[in-house]
Amino acid sequence: MLKKTLDISSSPHIVKGRSTEYIMKNVVWALLPVVFFSIYSFGLNALLVIFTATFASVLTEHFLCKLSKKETTVNDYSAIITGLLLGLSLPPSFPLWMTFVGGVIGIALGKYIFGGLGYNVFNPALVARAVLQAAFPVAITTWHPAFLADRFTTVSESVFTFPFMEPHYDAISGATPLSAFKFDGVSTSTMELAFGQVSGSAGETCAIIIALGGIYLIARNMMSWRIPVAVLLSAFLLSGALYIFNNELYPSPVFMLLSGGLMLGAVFMATDMVSSPITPLGLWVYGAIIGILTIVIRVWGGLSEGVMYSILLANAISPHIDSVIKNRVYGTKRKIKAA
Amino acid sequence: MAFFNFHKNTFKHGIHPPESKEETNKLPIKQFPFPPVIILPMGQHIGAPSQIVVREGQEVHRGQLLAKAGGYVSVPLHAPVSGTIRKIANVPTISGKMSQGIFLEAFPSSTQEVLEGEPIDPDTATPEEILQGIQNAGIVGLGGAAFPTHVKLKVPDGKKCETLIINGIECEPYLTTDHRVMLEQETDIFTGIKYLLKATGARKAIIGIESNKQDAANHLNKYIPEGLPVSVQVLPVKYPQGAEKMLVTATLGKEIPSGKLPIEVGVVVVNVATTAEIGRLLPHGQGIQERVITITGPGVRKKGNYTIPIGTPLRFVLEQVGVDEEISEVYMGGPMMGVAVSNLDISIVKGTSGILVFTKKDIKRSPKTYPCIKCGACVDACPILLNPSKLGILAKFEAYDEMASNYNLMDCFECGSCSYVCPSHIPLVQYFRLSKRIVRKREAEKKEKVNA
Repeated sequence: MLKKTLDISSSPHIVKGRSTEYIMKNVVWALLPVVFFSIYSFGLNALLVIFTATFASVLTEHFLCKLSKKETTVNDYSAIITGLLLGLSLPPSFPLWMTFVGGVIGIALGKYIFGGLGYNVFNPALVARAVLQAAFPVAITTWHPAFLADRFTTVSESVFTFPFMEPHYDAISGATPLSAFKFDGVSTSTMELAFGQVSGSAGETCAIIIALGGIYLIARNMMSWRIPVAVLLSAFLLSGALYIFNNELYPSPVFMLLSGGLMLGAVFMATDMVSSPITPLGLWVYGAIIGILTIVIRVWGGLSEGVMYSILLANAISPHIDSVIKNRVYGTKRKIKAA
Repeated sequence: MAFFNFHKNTFKHGIHPPESKEETNKLPIKQFPFPPVIILPMGQHIGAPSQIVVREGQEVHRGQLLAKAGGYVSVPLHAPVSGTIRKIANVPTISGKMSQGIFLEAFPSSTQEVLEGEPIDPDTATPEEILQGIQNAGIVGLGGAAFPTHVKLKVPDGKKCETLIINGIECEPYLTTDHRVMLEQETDIFTGIKYLLKATGARKAIIGIESNKQDAANHLNKYIPEGLPVSVQVLPVKYPQGAEKMLVTATLGKEIPSGKLPIEVGVVVVNVATTAEIGRLLPHGQGIQERVITITGPGVRKKGNYTIPIGTPLRFVLEQVGVDEEISEVYMGGPMMGVAVSNLDISIVKGTSGILVFTKKDIKRSPKTYPCIKCGACVDACPILLNPSKLGILAKFEAYDEMASNYNLMDCFECGSCSYVCPSHIPLVQYFRLSKRIVRKREAEKKEKVNA
């Protein structure tokens, strides 16, 4: 007895037993209700766009891993998240070939060239969307109305646009609540916004379902609550101040929070762990930058929506936030210094 | 300090691993049988190794001095059994290094009575005499660090010790030695506190105990001798509360400055088992011969808390308690900071607080690591408020100097909280241990260059 050799390892010898893969899987679960609502409100169009984006992302990730002779990283679920988020952030009748290009760009340029999971500077889904916005400005701002009667039986002509061709749009197209307000001065009711009775990107329309997904992840300690709270709070405060200043010129803060991609961005995109800061104070600063920039772009910018660029800009400064704002180490005085 | 300093009865961050103490915390301390041969390495404490004063073939009595202190930061060693010195040779230690050691063959039918030495009276002895007595008794920190206790108790010139904190936290999962000592050896503990108060000049003592040992807190509270300025403070369970810095913050709300000792804020912290040992040995002028050890883990048959002679070979211990066929890893200490044993021929030393046996299926560590996704779980766990994520990335780039100068690497005391929570299974503590060694080595080299 007791002759056999022992294994040795470095302490600690016990672990919490939660894996990165498991966290990613939960993010996918939290996104699924948003996906289902998107399909429910926009029908086959949304289904095709979301599926294509996800398929392209996963395929690209797998292909790039094979190309660089590494074990595939598809099963860590992060490519699926990128794909789902990209699909959800596009107009529901977006041409599939453009969607596919977006999926490839998101993974290849947004993530893989930086070194894959954990090394990307920007949220890959938003990199893809930014490229698509620059390349296809018309297609990405042409909105499809929600809850059309034939949404489960017919697919818009634009969705099946032949690759490298510009899409043709059906006569009917809807304005988003933000563009309606910005360009036509028409406001939308809060209830319609909260329950997703409006048009917009495939997955951004129902603020409540998005918020529920976020609450699930926060409750399971898989997402920082500080980011969505900081984004929404800063956006609310700034737009609230403007609204008090002049309530005819500026929309109400509640409208600002519930419309457009702010909720989706605050809950699922700004919270990408890799491209956000790591200390509590850093998270507050990061979130506030996103919230304030979003309102600034929406109110004074040329675009009706500003969430995407705000998050991308905040992603870019996130490493700098981390090197300037550190936790006060036990037994030392806080020092904030430029790196 | 922040604007306002609410004393919240705890420290920041920390983790809550499963306590796993229920299998042994109700089991009274039992005497372990004497092994046929005791193996005593000389370097079983921090500091200079002890110097052997006996020769091969000599017969020694239990409690007799075998080796004297090798300097100020060192302690003597006493015979744990009566017997014959068989051999003086190099013996393996847990670190993998060989150390000079004594093989002591026990007399099979000896009464094993312990030699009496010169007693030290806590009421008349001077602080210096008590410190000398503690060194003579060979006492080191029994919580695991094995730092000579008399050195720790010596209040430096210009400093004043206000409070003595007795560490009964035992925050490591599985371990229940301090718990049992508090329940069964209250007289020794209070006698020990009397010596410690005298030696440090502290005006009061606080016994810090986690709330999962409420019975021990109640027990001690009941037996506090009249006139002894001792109070028991029950703290919420959180790892690593047993670390000196965390315990001082939890009990007093004070932070120990980076790189400094608790005396900087007028505190000396002593482990409760060490205190009991002082209270037991000093009145008789004896040296330490045995200690209480929790032997547990899923691979052990007769789990329990045992008084085991120092120098008992680990192989003998495991054969006595019976272990699973599928035994895979053995740790000395707790599962968070304990050291994995590579060789069963090492023996129990003064700093051994527990022996844990895990079989293959109990090891939950995943072999697969993912890249750091900056989830911040480690940042929220680190009790020192470091950024283990950033430190881990810097370690990979071998940016050791950057780690030390900009990210407070040297404040890390390797509690393991970051590795415990990391969902990417990055061996952060292992990185930091290595990085710290490299930084220390580089600093030593730099000093040498300046001196040359």
